Amino acid sequence: MTKSELIKYISAKHPLLPPRDIENATRHILEYLSDALQQDERIEIRGFGSFSLHIRPEKVGRNPRTGESVRVPEKRVPHFKAGKELREQVDYAPASVS
Amino acid sequence: MAVTKAEIVDMLFSTMGLNKREAKSVTESFFEGIRETLAKGEEVKLSGFGNFSLREKNPRPGRNPKTGIEITITARRVVTFHPSQKLKAYVNGDGARE
Repeated sequence: MTKSELIKYISAKHPLLPPRDIENATRHILEYLSDALQQDERIEIRGFGSFSLHIRPEKVGRNPRTGESVRVPEKRVPHFKAGKELREQVDYAPASVS
Repeated sequence: MAVTKAEIVDMLFSTMGLNKREAKSVTESFFEGIRETLAKGEEVKLSGFGNFSLREKNPRPGRNPKTGIEITITARRVVTFHPSQKLKAYVNGDGARE
């Protein structure tokens, strides 16, 4: 499923709203989620999952070829953890460990 | 404070003028569309944000950390999220979102 297919899916459930509005709402939601992560704010959607920012601190690395030390700057990586409902719906067998 | 569905609904209400009922319903359909697609075994690609994909995990030996009893963790299907280049750059302070 792509973004435009998701927009069609949402539109089909909202026949009274102009498709243009659904398209804008989808864009607004994605921008809002991106902004929250950029500000290192957690996102928690019940039944779906949570997004958070993992921060890898700056470190001194080494160029494996030359052995030279290089400074590896801090890196921020968005992370998603599926919620219970999503995890169960996606899995084909009931979990044996919980 | 984490971002939840309620904040997304308020954001759609104030930026787009959707009424609260519509905003809530659109927000729910947004996450439901992604979840249903993943539950069918299909991945979801949201350009500029990231891809939700599925991974098949083989069974592997595990241990209950509390009791130390060995058990087999069954084969399962799990969701993984891969942020787009754009989102990765955005949270690191370079580049515009979307």
